[in-house]
Amino acid sequence: MPIHIIDRRLNPGGKSLENRQRFLRRAKSLVQGAVKKTSQERDIKDVLEGGEVTIPLDGMHEPRFRREGGTRDMVLPGNKKFIEGDYLQRSGQGSAKDSGPGEGDSEDAFRFVLSRDEFVDLFLDDLELPDLAKRKIAQTESEGIQRAGYTTSGSPANISVGRTVRRALARRIALKRPGKDEIEELEAAIAACTDEDERLLLLAQLDKLKAKVKRIPFIDPLDIRYRRFETVPKPVAQAVMFCLMDVSGSMSEHMKDLAKRFYMLLYVFLKRRYKHVEIVFIRHTDRAEEVDEQTFFYGPASGGTLVSSALQAMHEIVRERFNPSDWNIYAAQASDGDNSYSDGELTGMLLTDRILPACQFFAYLEVGESGGSAFDLSDSSLWTLYERLRNSGAPLSMRKVSERSEIFPVFHDLFQRRDTAQEKAAP
Amino acid sequence: MTERLFEGADWDFHTLQRITDACEEVAKNDLGLDVYPNQIEVITAEQMLDAYSSVGMPLFYKHWSFGKQFAYHEASYRKGLMGLAYEIVINSSPCISYLMEENTATMQTLVIAHAAFGHNHFFKNNYLFKQWTDADGILDYLDFAKNYVMQCEERYGRVEVERTLDAAHALMSHGIDRYPGKKKLDLREEEKRAGRRRQHEEEVFNDLWRTVPKGASKTRSAISLERRRKLLGLPQENLLYFLEKSAPRLAPWQRELLRIVRHIAQYFYPQSQTKVMNEGTATYVHYRIMTKLHQQGRITDGNFLEFLGSHTNVVFQPEFDDPRFSGFNPYALGFAMMQDIERIVTSPEDEDREWFPDIAGKNDVMGVLRDVWANYRDESFIAQFLSPKLMRQLRMFHLHDDPEERAGIRVDAIHDERGFRRVRRELARQHDVGYIDANIEVVDVDLSGDRRLILHHHVIKGSQLNETDAKRVLQHLADLWTYDVSLIEVDASDKVLREYVVSPRPIPAAA
Repeated sequence: MPIHIIDRRLNPGGKSLENRQRFLRRAKSLVQGAVKKTSQERDIKDVLEGGEVTIPLDGMHEPRFRREGGTRDMVLPGNKKFIEGDYLQRSGQGSAKDSGPGEGDSEDAFRFVLSRDEFVDLFLDDLELPDLAKRKIAQTESEGIQRAGYTTSGSPANISVGRTVRRALARRIALKRPGKDEIEELEAAIAACTDEDERLLLLAQLDKLKAKVKRIPFIDPLDIRYRRFETVPKPVAQAVMFCLMDVSGSMSEHMKDLAKRFYMLLYVFLKRRYKHVEIVFIRHTDRAEEVDEQTFFYGPASGGTLVSSALQAMHEIVRERFNPSDWNIYAAQASDGDNSYSDGELTGMLLTDRILPACQFFAYLEVGESGGSAFDLSDSSLWTLYERLRNSGAPLSMRKVSERSEIFPVFHDLFQRRDTAQEKAAP
Repeated sequence: MTERLFEGADWDFHTLQRITDACEEVAKNDLGLDVYPNQIEVITAEQMLDAYSSVGMPLFYKHWSFGKQFAYHEASYRKGLMGLAYEIVINSSPCISYLMEENTATMQTLVIAHAAFGHNHFFKNNYLFKQWTDADGILDYLDFAKNYVMQCEERYGRVEVERTLDAAHALMSHGIDRYPGKKKLDLREEEKRAGRRRQHEEEVFNDLWRTVPKGASKTRSAISLERRRKLLGLPQENLLYFLEKSAPRLAPWQRELLRIVRHIAQYFYPQSQTKVMNEGTATYVHYRIMTKLHQQGRITDGNFLEFLGSHTNVVFQPEFDDPRFSGFNPYALGFAMMQDIERIVTSPEDEDREWFPDIAGKNDVMGVLRDVWANYRDESFIAQFLSPKLMRQLRMFHLHDDPEERAGIRVDAIHDERGFRRVRRELARQHDVGYIDANIEVVDVDLSGDRRLILHHHVIKGSQLNETDAKRVLQHLADLWTYDVSLIEVDASDKVLREYVVSPRPIPAAA
């Protein structure tokens, strides 16, 4: 009997992928909740590595008719000392282990591992930059290709066979190119013909037909058509995000840590969601500088505080590189709220006159010391200033954060998808 | 002098071929096994996880619950909580065995002997499998099911299909015909039939019929209970079958989905009834084959020791007070009983002659075993062949736990002269699927009134249904039936213990 031995190892993997996606789709709200809960306890880098989540099984439970309770009989191995008629004490633990619910418990919570992509997708699922693409959508950054009829010239790979053959057929019919059957018929007639004269006549006719066939090609270069493609510009909304961070001496390590975490998250969110978002990093003490992301996140710096310096730097960069009429401009600022008194006025002026009119959205994150609730202290100078501006209608969002665990909720809050809220407000 | 099959732990495909040939020689000549043609496939750990999540089958329709299984297995495998099986074998013709690629050469030999010959012989010869499963047709049928579900999703929407399948899965354990009588299942025919039915529907579809005025309806109240029950084929314990045939408002494709789930449940039914025998047979066969190969000098002493190590792990039976204990290990019990039968047949004692007059001292070990493998299931096998000697050896005892009894759990019988028969009867009952599953059947439909479907659960020994789960399952049932469903739990004296009533959920407007 022949035995088939087959190596299946090379078969494409991921056969369960679709089932897995179905499962995730079904459990989406549960998994999302779990993802957010998990992410609060973890380092940002870990969050973005994906990982294990636990969801309650309630929504994913597959019910069956199960029996429980009642009198039970069982046969067990390993009797050592019992004889018929003995009684065993029911110990709490023993009965719990043996009875039905034990099985149910293990399924109450369900742990499984999400891949990095799945995790981040779920994590960022309901986030969006507000009011994107209100400004002019210009800059043909990407070009799509689109079919655009047929052409008489092109590369051989683009020959449209159907179109070519159709044209050839039309031409052959129009020019009355004799068909194969016509010639065969004539040849048969010649073979069957007995009268010499008529045969000669037919032969001449045959020659004429054959000459015509030679003259009119089956497919002429004239017939050939190529598929034509056109490049179409795809409009892309241009956006830039300014990240302003206070790194002055008044910011403790904890505060800097909070601010950096916030920007890390923002960075990941933008990189993942928006292909064409420019990011500008500005850090400031009593003077501001534009830095690359490496320096921004990891470079040490210290000094006094002049918030206006950062705003000034931002304003200059906007003027130089990002024309507000062409760009959607976003900014996020993190600070402990300390600012030198003399600077307050300048900051307010810069913000109201220069920055906010150009911005789509400006988020201010005030970081506080761990443990100190943000509410028992009087508001910081920056907070008071910004609050005044906001009350006068500036597009400004403000949040306070003092614990690591608050970063994610605040971030979600700031960048929550707003379309539903707006739609509700509109009518 | 015979050649060694392999040296060390490495193997390649020629080795597998030699191993299979050698196993086949022993299986045919020494054990007289009769098997389906074998197909052996080597797979990776990931593919094994894939197979786990589709109940071990090579292909299956798509459903989220399999994704859940996969996520669960993957998580526990990655954390090292769970090892993977060395093999999976499928009851089909040809009989497909999946071997893990990381098995050593010895393990591959063990696994081929176990699956490709042990399980294979059992699948082909046991009466339950012969009666209930169609080994030739199963793979084609699964392929059909997969495509059919996919087509339904395209035509009627994924949500709708998922709703129907969820409901069908909840009732899967009650979608089985327990008693033969109808004709043998022919899955190939099934597939054709589904196609023909659809074609017929398309051909005879005539929109005019919808507009034909209906005549005055006949008075239904006249139908007597007897007649009604006869018309609907009641009582009916196969809930899926009943719904497929009688649910008033299911679309044809929904009926077909129920039918698919029902057929698959039926396909697995014999396996759940023969765990001890199936594993016992396969373990006994691999033990015999490996021993023979070692005797012939085809396996080195070292490799044989490796085999004995794994074999001992497989047939390990912890005692009841051991923290590792979780019931009887079907491998251990099955193998012990097969060996015990071998002992009774070849060198019986007086006790065995008294208990097993038919087989004691018959000397034809394989003849007796083949007959046993063909004609019994776990329950009857234990009831018939568990010997007093084995009961003593495993020190079995029977506990009776009555919650009313204050004194505690009573030891009802032990492995002594008075207890042998009672212990054996009780152990056999523990392996009776019909006794383990809740006994639920459709008893009536209120045809003249609100079309309520009435089910009974016959409570045995005071063990009622888990309430939350029962409500959820009934909800699914009501959704399919589209009218109210009530489940009444009655005890042996027809006293009503509890009644559930569930109304169907409204179908979303989108449908």
